[in-house]
Amino acid sequence: MLTDPTTTESGALPDAGLHRSRLATAWASPLARLALLGAVVLALTAAYLFTDVPGSLAFALRIRGLTVLAMLVIATAVGVSTVVFHTITQNRILTPSIMGFDAFYVLISTLIVFSSGSAAFLAFDQLTLWLVQVVVMVAFSVLLFTWLFGGKRRSIHLMLLVGIVLGTFFRSSTEWMQRMLDPLDFQVLSDAMFASLTRPDETLLALTACLVALGCAVVVPLLRTLDVLTLGEPVAVGLGVDHKRVVMVLFVGVSVMIAASTALVGPILFFGLIVANLAYSYVGSFRHVWTLPAAVGIGMVCLLGGQLVLERLFGFGGALSMVIDFAGGLFFLYLVLRKGAR
Amino acid sequence: MIALEKVTKRYGRQTVVDDVSITFGGEGVTALIGPNGAGKSTLFGLVGRLLQPDAGRISVDGMDVGSTPSSELAKVLAVLRQDNHIAARLTVHDLVEFGRFPHSRGRLTVHDRRHIEDAIGYLELGPYRDRFLDELSGGQRQRAFVAMVLAQDTRYVLLDEPLNNLDLRHMTEIMRLVRRTADELGKRVVIVLHDINFAASYADRIVAMRGGVVVADAPAREVMRPDVLAAVYDTPVDVREIDGRPVALYYG
Repeated sequence: MLTDPTTTESGALPDAGLHRSRLATAWASPLARLALLGAVVLALTAAYLFTDVPGSLAFALRIRGLTVLAMLVIATAVGVSTVVFHTITQNRILTPSIMGFDAFYVLISTLIVFSSGSAAFLAFDQLTLWLVQVVVMVAFSVLLFTWLFGGKRRSIHLMLLVGIVLGTFFRSSTEWMQRMLDPLDFQVLSDAMFASLTRPDETLLALTACLVALGCAVVVPLLRTLDVLTLGEPVAVGLGVDHKRVVMVLFVGVSVMIAASTALVGPILFFGLIVANLAYSYVGSFRHVWTLPAAVGIGMVCLLGGQLVLERLFGFGGALSMVIDFAGGLFFLYLVLRKGAR
Repeated sequence: MIALEKVTKRYGRQTVVDDVSITFGGEGVTALIGPNGAGKSTLFGLVGRLLQPDAGRISVDGMDVGSTPSSELAKVLAVLRQDNHIAARLTVHDLVEFGRFPHSRGRLTVHDRRHIEDAIGYLELGPYRDRFLDELSGGQRQRAFVAMVLAQDTRYVLLDEPLNNLDLRHMTEIMRLVRRTADELGKRVVIVLHDINFAASYADRIVAMRGGVVVADAPAREVMRPDVLAAVYDTPVDVREIDGRPVALYYG
């Protein structure tokens, strides 16, 4: 699904370098690239909505429309949060999942199944479950953040390190509990832990959309400040950025977006890495005005493409996260190998 | 002027800047010298609000560094630290453009663009303006950072060891440039230097630190004396006059 025009076109760029026609110059502008990306997203959306309709078109549109909306919300949350996280940490090979977000979500769910059984887990009121997960995840990350970054020492690296350690702790406690589970309970749990975008609960989708919009409302006024943050803390402070406050605000925004979307569809942060890095090389600019929308667009391409492959090719014989994780894993290897070669 | 009143900074139990009171940043170039670990970079970090003092008060032109909004200070004080590593790929022009951020908040006016062009021209970076920073030599990259700081158009410019890892030619280039910005543009440059001969020939005033304390603060010629330098560096230093300029000889 990654063989969309994005990769082939950027690969063709160097040949045009010798005698740059006006077309090539126009193509090089981030705006043109974003526009093309937008067109691809629209085309994929149309393909997903209108092709292969088994029965009533209106019914299919309603169900699929909800899925597309869920995708948009998730793509926004994952794309924006990963790019912002990269800028804050000055590292493009991390995802916010390194702070243990995904692992914490799985732990909470496992804890519920472990303590009250899968029947209770399935019978649990969806809204309450979502709310509990969002609140606990946001509280956890904000606590971790204010503890390690808000104090006098304030070190992002220390915070990441503690995040990694806690993430490992969450994962091993989860594993331990899952070993003790009844096989049926385990099956129900692992099924629920694969991200799924089809048939989202409408109320939860609306709530998640609101929180993600809130997160974006925090990030958008800081777009230009984010550009300055790419220069690193010392330079950014020298240029008059209130580094501590800005990073704090951004981090809270990122946590809210991630928590809400993870609670909606399950652990899905891994694909942020593909999306963000593809966005950087696709727009060819470090400016967040371009990279953020590009990350969201590429996220949509991944989700729509992945869902199309999954539904139409494999007839739902798997989970979306499998398709994306497979492609993401390959891409990650490519990133590491390319970094090594340079 | 940049004024420190009884400023102290500790890392754990170690006192790095010890009850320092000094006023510097007069017209021209001030060199800050001293052995490794004397507290020079920490002093810059404190003035540049990257570090918070444990005691004392710092002000720039009467504005308290602790309480004045960072964005206001960035209009009068520019700081260039050592070792600026940037994760993203930026061109020279992109970097210099950032120098205008305190004034434009990212929305460049005609006025901002003129400052950017001037800074690029001043550092003779015209031919490299569209090159990425990681494609430049060390000297060119250092010049690009200095151009950014100049585009910031502040009264005070603080440069922390800008000669690090540069060869003879690039060191002299940077120092000549520092002198010119002070003379032609009226900037007040404060610069941390390890090579005291550069300090002697380009600076008007030398401030010497040792063990977190200011041990000398005088016109360059008065600091360039064997007894003063030997005390600062804890090493015998001979000073000879060559063509009317004091030159320190420390190559035992």
